[in-house]
Amino acid sequence: MNPVSTLASRPAPARRRSAVTEPAVVRYALIGGMLVVVGLFLVLPVVLIFHEAFADGWQLYLDALRDDDTVSAIKLTLIAAAFAVPLNVLFGIAASWCIAKFEFVGKRLLLALIDLPFAVSPVISGLIYVLLFGLQGWFGQWLDKHDIHLLFAVPGIVMATIFVTFPFVARELIPLMEAQGTDEEQAALSLGAGGWRVFRKVTLPNIKWGLLYGVIICNARAMGEFGAVSVVSGHIRGETNTLPLHVEVLYNDYQFSAAFAVASLLTLLALATLVAKSIVEWRTGAGGPAHHEPGLPVTVTQIAPAGADA
Amino acid sequence: MSIQVINIRKTFDNYVALHDVSLHVGKGELVALLGPSGSGKTTLLRIIAGMEEPDPGSGAIRFHDQDVSGRRVGDRQVGFVFQHYALFRHMTVFENVAFGLRARPSRSRPSKREIKGRVSELLRLVQLERFGDRLPTQLSGGQRQRVALARALAVEPRVLLLDEPFGALDARVRRDLRRWLRRLHDEMHITSVFVTHDQEEALELADRIVVMNEGRIEQIGTPEEVYDKPANPFVYQFLGNVNLFHGRLDHGQLRVDGTDNHTPETAGPTPPNGIAYVRPHDVEVARTGNGDSIKARIAQINFAGPFVYLLLNREGAAPVEAALPRERFRELALQQSEEVFLTLRNARIFTEDYSI
Repeated sequence: MNPVSTLASRPAPARRRSAVTEPAVVRYALIGGMLVVVGLFLVLPVVLIFHEAFADGWQLYLDALRDDDTVSAIKLTLIAAAFAVPLNVLFGIAASWCIAKFEFVGKRLLLALIDLPFAVSPVISGLIYVLLFGLQGWFGQWLDKHDIHLLFAVPGIVMATIFVTFPFVARELIPLMEAQGTDEEQAALSLGAGGWRVFRKVTLPNIKWGLLYGVIICNARAMGEFGAVSVVSGHIRGETNTLPLHVEVLYNDYQFSAAFAVASLLTLLALATLVAKSIVEWRTGAGGPAHHEPGLPVTVTQIAPAGADA
Repeated sequence: MSIQVINIRKTFDNYVALHDVSLHVGKGELVALLGPSGSGKTTLLRIIAGMEEPDPGSGAIRFHDQDVSGRRVGDRQVGFVFQHYALFRHMTVFENVAFGLRARPSRSRPSKREIKGRVSELLRLVQLERFGDRLPTQLSGGQRQRVALARALAVEPRVLLLDEPFGALDARVRRDLRRWLRRLHDEMHITSVFVTHDQEEALELADRIVVMNEGRIEQIGTPEEVYDKPANPFVYQFLGNVNLFHGRLDHGQLRVDGTDNHTPETAGPTPPNGIAYVRPHDVEVARTGNGDSIKARIAQINFAGPFVYLLLNREGAAPVEAALPRERFRELALQQSEEVFLTLRNARIFTEDYSI
């Protein structure tokens, strides 16, 4: 038998190295490393929050949530979000409409300004309000004379929350609206529709899922904001404490299980946000216009204009 | 409803898109604005529609003796069909077509039943009556185009304007839709202007063609006129293939360079240069020649289509394309690399100083 035929007749090795994947060692090492990191830094803390919250039993957990200061913190958090989200929706739609559909001088500046709250530390943004509206601040004396209290009161917290959540809706909508262009709006105008009708019937339906997505993350941030709110709040229990601030207060008072119980509320909010976000993403992925167009099984020739002869 | 464009000028920043363009479109006419990209044709269409404003102080747009320059697009009663259809993506076909009727002010808005009737009628007209419940994404390109047309027609426009109406369709659908649109126009007689960069489309569809280049109108005429009697070299080159033969003018005759029949070297002023423009099917190919014929060598033979296309190399000049009817080609039994003699029919001569 000559060597060539030996080679040819030899059966292929049972486990040939794949041409498109890495060796098993590399794959398992990378996947394992990733799982360890995700487990340690993401999953474990979440599990721990609930573990600590229930460490002293159900009763204490419910008591912690029913506590007057906690209830007032929940209320204040809801108030802050109830102001910040709608205002930022209004502002976000207006800004993205203007940026995506029109050309004007100063467009880049406006874009940069919208990003400002992303760029500065929330603590700094809180401090800015103190410098403006605090007793020693620019408008402090005047406000005090007219008995208007912004800082260390609800208005200050709402203002700080609005500032921090400023970019969320606009940043979500601008790329979406830019991708959609202005053709549909122009078509609606050419058909005789007025500006408001164009917005309501054409623009808004096209951005509704992106808008909802923006609202969800804006809301999550509004309720979870710590730094900016911390500076302007003054930490008055039962009055100017939001949920995140209340967690800190409880923790510093060594009321660990109460602190974790309140923290678990915020965690639940985060988990709910993630679920809502996934639903919106799935929805826009499935029915969204820009992502894909379903295949067209209809053959064009069947209904081609050539049939018009009949 | 006739359209009159009077001295329209449009400048973007420091780029002039339209140089004082004037144009008249007769009632019931179907006119093509034809030109390469950047020729200003779409800008002109959008100015007629009222989606773009001409430069301040420039001329006017009139619809049947009525100055509409100051009117907004929604008040001009134009039907506009966008290049990429611009259908409302979240609305069904029915809702898309009904949009214009529903957008009317309440006193002139038809009742729900009337709207339903009108829309069904229009969907029948564009042969999409079974597609009313579909979303635009569930339609083919040709179908979307017809929805866009039905939507534009729903508002009973005085003028129909179409921006590259068949640009995004494949060749076959395009041809069918073109013929269908021509028939539709012949039935409805609505004054229409469409923009295209496709000469074949313009030649087949339009009553008259407006050839545009660099913001100016180069020629206005019937398809026959612009194809057979191009006003200048640009129109010649833009509409169909053409061969250029350089030569010298002598008593109104062009002596093509490289032919035996040279102009005698006289002491007088040098005769001016000229260029003959000849369509491929006007290049006669023969085995033998006389003093006037041009020597060339067959470089390539292409049998596709009703004509046989020859690419011919000339010494010291650009290659020439000739189109021969199949029978003629068989008769001659031409071979690759063979030397042949060309004579030119229907050559149009332009002096060389005309810059394209």
